[in-house]
Amino acid sequence: MYPDPKVTEFIVMNFIPVRLHVKKHPEAMERFAVQWTPTVLLLDSDGHERHRIEGYLPVDEFLVQLNIGLAHAAFRTNKFEDAERRYRAIVEKFPNTEAAAEAQYWAGVSKYKASNDASALKQTAQAFKERYSDSSWAKKASVWA
Amino acid sequence: MEIQWLEDVDDALQRAKKLKNPLLLDFTAAPM
Repeated sequence: MYPDPKVTEFIVMNFIPVRLHVKKHPEAMERFAVQWTPTVLLLDSDGHERHRIEGYLPVDEFLVQLNIGLAHAAFRTNKFEDAERRYRAIVEKFPNTEAAAEAQYWAGVSKYKASNDASALKQTAQAFKERYSDSSWAKKASVWA
Repeated sequence: MEIQWLEDVDDALQRAKKLKNPLLLDFTAAPM
């Protein structure tokens, strides 16, 4: 993944990168409850884990997971408008990845959290009828219809 | 462009707090 220029650029532009080898840093494995490799953790600037990626992913799926991590970090720190913008960008830029449906779900939740307007959830449920209708996220959103 | 990987988690956490940047921790078994 890392020799890929898109991944490299995204990491350089968005994260402080730390690489820990399992044999050299077993204490870090224990500290962060890592039991498998590759595992990538995305932490916010206060050191709170916001996303965990376990196992190898192809470039586009990995990039989308990095983007999801940044969106989750915004969401968990109540920056709902920023989170919605990030989730919608994922759906737009990576529409054919598995994570796109998840991003569509959380975009709707973020919009609702920012506005307190329940129609945001209803619109999201409607959107799932048109796109990603077979996903588990569509089932989760179905209660909003 | 190359990724300048750090190996000291606590140093990286301090930098992250100071710069208000998120961190990426990559746990690997591959040769480094």
